[in-house]
Amino acid sequence: MTSDITERAWTPEQDGSWDLATSYRLCESFVAGQVLADLADHDDRIAVLTADLKFSNRTRDFELRHPDRFVNTGICEQNMVSMAAGMATCGYVPYVATFASFIGLLCAEQIRTDLAYPNLPVRIIAHHTGISLGFYGTSHHATEDIGITRSIANLTVLGPADAVSLGEVLRQTVDVEGPVYFRIGRGRDEDVYGRTGARFEFGRLTTLREGTDAAIVATGVTLAPALRAAEELAREGVSVAVVDAHTLRPFDAEGLCELASRVPRILVAEEHNVYTGLASACADALVDGGVGGVRLHRLGLPVDEYALIGPPTRLYEHYDLDTAGIVRRMRNLLA
Amino acid sequence: MLIRATVDAWKPAAEEPADLVEEVRDLALFIRRETVRLIGIAKSGHFTSVFSCAELLAALYSGVLRVSEDPAWPDRDRLILSKGHCAVGLYPVLANLGYFPHEWLDTYTRVGSPLGDHPDMRRVPGTDFSSGSLGHGLSIGAGMALGNRMAGRDDSRVWVLTGDQELNEGQIWEAAQAASHYRLGNLVAVVDRNQMGLDGTTEEVMSVEPIAGRFESFGWEVTELDGHDARGVLSAFAAVGSEPEGRPKCVIANTRKGRGVPYMDLSRTWHLGYLEPADAEKTLSLIERV
Repeated sequence: MTSDITERAWTPEQDGSWDLATSYRLCESFVAGQVLADLADHDDRIAVLTADLKFSNRTRDFELRHPDRFVNTGICEQNMVSMAAGMATCGYVPYVATFASFIGLLCAEQIRTDLAYPNLPVRIIAHHTGISLGFYGTSHHATEDIGITRSIANLTVLGPADAVSLGEVLRQTVDVEGPVYFRIGRGRDEDVYGRTGARFEFGRLTTLREGTDAAIVATGVTLAPALRAAEELAREGVSVAVVDAHTLRPFDAEGLCELASRVPRILVAEEHNVYTGLASACADALVDGGVGGVRLHRLGLPVDEYALIGPPTRLYEHYDLDTAGIVRRMRNLLA
Repeated sequence: MLIRATVDAWKPAAEEPADLVEEVRDLALFIRRETVRLIGIAKSGHFTSVFSCAELLAALYSGVLRVSEDPAWPDRDRLILSKGHCAVGLYPVLANLGYFPHEWLDTYTRVGSPLGDHPDMRRVPGTDFSSGSLGHGLSIGAGMALGNRMAGRDDSRVWVLTGDQELNEGQIWEAAQAASHYRLGNLVAVVDRNQMGLDGTTEEVMSVEPIAGRFESFGWEVTELDGHDARGVLSAFAAVGSEPEGRPKCVIANTRKGRGVPYMDLSRTWHLGYLEPADAEKTLSLIERV
């Protein structure tokens, strides 16, 4: 047996068991390193920093092509964020990448004070967000980061669901003036945009499927099961729209109110605590827009619990964040 | 008061030490007097934290820092006030440099003023980074030093003024290891060793010694000096070379919190304070030319 788990053989049957080798083999949606390397071929401003995770997040792909613009800060996330701020004042557009829990939570103050307050063009690639690190436990989960980042002025917050949308959103935001927080999954996220052919447009809610009885608003890892849930419900004669809320801040409040005027029920599915996340953003939009009469159901991690230990796929099942769970919740909402 | 303010005028400090020593002493006196005046507007402020670093700031802006009439000159030396609460002492110097109108000083801390207790890089020309949260400045400086080197700006140095109690912050040591690992010879940490935090002496509150030993063990080149001796500060700062790759430099400036006003000297109670107008007048007359 090789000691390098990135070299171990992988078989499809392993999916669901979520061992580490499986995770590495399936990380085809970790395209950030590749996309940034391509962008950096023609853009001298782009630099990448990571905190001893270049193999996990594939920023190694960037290092191989642009070693002079790659910085490994070691396990030192707060220093990494502040260093990126300093580099940004020198004309660089630094991308810092590490686990969401160790940046969206651990570095909240550095993000606020050193990036957002001076409005510097630093990009945060917060990967393995939500409960996607499964049995690693609460220390490695990030179910509060939408709430934290959504309340930081000047910060753009994005939750692309798959490799296509991640690549697209990276390309569409290179010239955003201030800081950007990319909330992404574990790199084995199921393709949605490639399959549906939908056009990704930064800043607006993207409708992947039209519907009249209800709508599911999802972000990140919940988008693919939301789409499958809608397909399943369609077979029962229920018409459910699926909307991707990839841009969490600034939130497309107008788009959400418009959606609420077309469907009587909205289910919000997110890999986040049901407080302060996407559901709260939707509720804010409805209140601010004076839109009443729509039933909003929040599906996410319970308010007062930390997630159980377990393989991520099993946890999604447990918390109704998989296809079957979303179908069940939607049936309840429609009942 | 004139400060050398153009690129053409910039010369290493060592070339004309005699004149510069007097210039630094004058400027330090001016900083202390302006600090008392401006805190009078705010009715609350950090007197003693400015007084301890008055000679350090004065020396930096008397021919040490490479600055120009353009505060955004890309090849400039940068200064980060990691101890951001001494900004009230820097604003008058930046106004003298012509970076903003002197009238701004009269609005210090008033609603909508660009000038607050802690500096804002987006609102105050000449401020190289917004600061206030202690412990961040050295990381930001390390990022700037690395960025400057990557961009080929080899003559540009980054100076970070830190407090001494601030060295309790863990992020300082994260930055110290990164600066050493990346051989940021263009980074200079100046520690205002004024002996005190808010609650008492540093060694009572949470010890920071041995500062020199700690930085040395992290791979830094360390110099110690009397931070109130204008001549010594000037010559030590002048000796700091500009090398994009090498050991980062730490200058430990031994100072006294509150130096320059006898009743504030090493006084815990004047970290944050307010002087009634009559007391402010009296204090202005007591300020020593150190």
